[in-house]
Amino acid sequence: MTENSTATVWHEVASPFCGIASDDLTIEVNGNTVKVLENGDAVTRPGFETPITDTQPRINGKEVTLDQAVSHIADLLINSKQPLIAGLGTDLNGARAAMALADKSGATIDSYYSPAAFRNILVLQDTGYMTTTLTEVRNRVDLLVLVGTDIESTFPRFYERMVWNKESMFGQDIESREVIYLGKTPSGDASTSPNGKKAQVIACDNADLPEVVSVLRALVKGKQIQAETVAGVAVSDLSALADKLNAAKYSVVTWSAGQLDIDHAEATIQNVCEMIKEINATTRSNGLPIGGKEGDTTVNAVASWQSGYPMRTTFNRRFPDYDPFLNDSRRILANDESDLLIWVSSFNTAVTPPQSSANTIVLGRSGMQFETEPEVYIPVGVPGIDHEGRTFRSDSVVSVPLRKLRDSGLPSVFEVLSVVEQAL
Amino acid sequence: MLLKLTGGRIFDPAHDVNDVVRDIYIRDGRIVEKPTDGRVDEEIDVSGKVIMAGAIDMHTHIGGGKVNIARTMLPEDHAEAVYERTELLRSGTGHAAPSTLTTGYRYAEMGYTAGFEPAVLPINARQAHMEMHDTPIIDKGGYVMLGSDDFLLRMMAANSDQEAINNYVAWTINHAQAVGLKVVNPGGISAFKFNQRKLDLDEKNDFYGVTPRDILHRLSRAVQEIGVPHPLHVHGCNLGVPGNMQTTLDTIQGAEGVPMHLTHIQFHSYGTEGDFKFSSGAAEIAEAINKHKNITVDVGQILFGQTVTASGDNMRQFAGAPHAHPNKWVCMDIECEAGCGVVPFKYKDQSYVNALQWMIGLETFLMVDDPWRIFLTTDHPNGAPFTSYPHLIKLLMDKSFRNDMLSTLHPEAQKATHLASLDREYSLYEIAIMTRAGAAKLVGLADRGHLGIGAAADITVYTDNSDREKMFEKPDYVFKDGEMVVRQGQVIKITWGTTHVVKPEYDVSIEKPLQQYFDKFHTLKMSNFKISNDEIVDDGRGSLTIQPLHKGGRL
Repeated sequence: MTENSTATVWHEVASPFCGIASDDLTIEVNGNTVKVLENGDAVTRPGFETPITDTQPRINGKEVTLDQAVSHIADLLINSKQPLIAGLGTDLNGARAAMALADKSGATIDSYYSPAAFRNILVLQDTGYMTTTLTEVRNRVDLLVLVGTDIESTFPRFYERMVWNKESMFGQDIESREVIYLGKTPSGDASTSPNGKKAQVIACDNADLPEVVSVLRALVKGKQIQAETVAGVAVSDLSALADKLNAAKYSVVTWSAGQLDIDHAEATIQNVCEMIKEINATTRSNGLPIGGKEGDTTVNAVASWQSGYPMRTTFNRRFPDYDPFLNDSRRILANDESDLLIWVSSFNTAVTPPQSSANTIVLGRSGMQFETEPEVYIPVGVPGIDHEGRTFRSDSVVSVPLRKLRDSGLPSVFEVLSVVEQAL
Repeated sequence: MLLKLTGGRIFDPAHDVNDVVRDIYIRDGRIVEKPTDGRVDEEIDVSGKVIMAGAIDMHTHIGGGKVNIARTMLPEDHAEAVYERTELLRSGTGHAAPSTLTTGYRYAEMGYTAGFEPAVLPINARQAHMEMHDTPIIDKGGYVMLGSDDFLLRMMAANSDQEAINNYVAWTINHAQAVGLKVVNPGGISAFKFNQRKLDLDEKNDFYGVTPRDILHRLSRAVQEIGVPHPLHVHGCNLGVPGNMQTTLDTIQGAEGVPMHLTHIQFHSYGTEGDFKFSSGAAEIAEAINKHKNITVDVGQILFGQTVTASGDNMRQFAGAPHAHPNKWVCMDIECEAGCGVVPFKYKDQSYVNALQWMIGLETFLMVDDPWRIFLTTDHPNGAPFTSYPHLIKLLMDKSFRNDMLSTLHPEAQKATHLASLDREYSLYEIAIMTRAGAAKLVGLADRGHLGIGAAADITVYTDNSDREKMFEKPDYVFKDGEMVVRQGQVIKITWGTTHVVKPEYDVSIEKPLQQYFDKFHTLKMSNFKISNDEIVDDGRGSLTIQPLHKGGRL
């Protein structure tokens, strides 16, 4: 497709830019210009519409060919004592190539979104959980409880698609659905029902959630609480919420780990999850962890099936070696424990590598700006715009095909990393 | 390039060949006739060796969401089984839920050349295929799961005609890229979403008024009528519940002669007799299987030690969760279509119940007469990891070994079994039926599981050894599509197996109600649900093999 060609319109396009992976977008492509025509929102529009600027790889700021950039990366890797492959904003095949390269080069892998993802993963590895998926929510939820999460700020279409849909499969009166916020107050009106019923808010600081959630869990189990308030929240309000959870037929408790940026977030999520298990002794209730945008769920899934472990795994002893604390890429870089960083960020120009003493290679979305020019920069295509791909939704159950919408000539992360691996 | 395997003892039950010395010729990945000019490029002397087709695991959980939850959940289990990278092999981990690369290597090293994932949720089929794509050497395929999906239950509640259901089943098999159809706790996974905690064969789903018996009837007919060779693959009601043998007997009776495969039958063969109110129903179940020629089973043998149970049956997994070891578990409701439950479990030889489960599995193996209708599985990893197959084969082939093991188990359980009095020892020929010829026939693989002219050259060569465990854990050679991939039990070459599918015909009119259903109720578009052939080929390593339909089915 050239700049002069007429516009092409694509229907039922899936978005990799948020964890819901809405796949009903209509998109117009004219040359390299992309425009979301229908069902766009504040996340997907910039995701699809950010223009291509640079297309040429650079070494120390100087334009080079892709071959030159790739062989320079291979040289750096061969001479590296402890490489780190991080960021990892990529799709299925990009993740596969990153895993193969890490295995061969003895690198450590981590994702930009791990601080949030591990708040859930650590719970999975310690006690587990009961969860549900988006279509179940859309058709069954009668009580939605949001823990410390202003969902519409990061998942703008959540209510439209999952709560205030026109019709449920089981004849439920959609208007009867109840929405209760615990912690954060909603930033907009998306949670208000079609007939104008506003969500209930039991407000508290997110930092107080560990305490508030503990009391809620105790009340759900029928324990007596002596205190009248907890962190400023009336226990009677929590008691009423506990009664509603026990009475609901299919309650859904949701949280976005990215918004639970508090100490003991994983202990709080664990308390929520154990509470849900306890509610299921008599009725149905499920968790709905929401997150996983820009390939985050995908890279954790691929790492798990290829190595047995999610992110934060190192191959420096020639086998997969998992440590969610030691292998945290931010910690490694802050402590100068890596001499070479390969930063992958093919979705988001704002996700740039942290400052560090490591030699830095960036496989980044075109248009990325750097405070410090990396040693190597390769502008790569965006999965679902510049090349085909697949990405997982936040629930790690549903994955969607991503289509090639334009012919920009930008290489994929898979292509670049596969060639690097072969060059080792 | 023509390769000759000279002087081996051939066990090829598909052609009634039982321990006959014969040469095998291989060209372009296939078994061929002896060349007329007698010219051979390479010859391997396998005189005295036991030759079988590559083994086929017809029920093994190797790919898809619940397996990956199990992997992510069990770092401590992986830490005990770590595999270093070599010049040839990728690194990996895992004992109960191994990584995909490790899974492929271990299967090949044991002489297995194909494995079939038995619980592919349509909505999760894309992931199951991604994982199987990353599983080297072996061929693979999946049985797609229906029966608790709201689309089917809505059709049944509305009394749709069988033709419409056939269309839906064929459509799903096509677009999930499956080789068969599975049903798990028929209707029960849906019932659990409506807070029902059990669902017997004739009990109604509260919302739909549909019973498991109705679902089995509709789906088994559909499979037969659209010509899919693999019979409906049934994980029945009441898994693990004492007394469930009656449900299983009723299910066999209720099949009314239509082909049906009852999977992990061991978990469905429990009585309620004795002080522990838990007893073996294996004799009655085996008798029913022997009598009903339309029924096939795999055993789902348990073996002692740590494993993880991963199942679509979240109703039963939730009930079993208090037994989790270590104490962590996951249950999920999935997309108005299915569910899953992952519960780690440790089978203990000094537990009465676990010891009896071990005995029930072996009793079933020994009391079902026809090896063409019973298959060797541990329901990996639910009864035990697949790496325990050589041990299981020894239990079947060696009575004194079996009875020695038996004598170490929970004493009360020993009193509750007649296992010690069962003299049967499986022969090599019968093992070849169960793990090769029979399995290929059951799955519907025309060109695998046998050593006839034109067959794919998936071949395993063993040194005969009276210690059958040693013999089966380390073949001399394994050939995959004619290439030597294993020598002396070690992988020496990496290949990528094909994905077996069937493509039953359907009337495209089914897409009209499906389109409406997806648009109205789903969070995914129908167009994005479908898995293209290109996705199976993927980065170029994958391939699709379309197996023929049965006569009567339309292709």
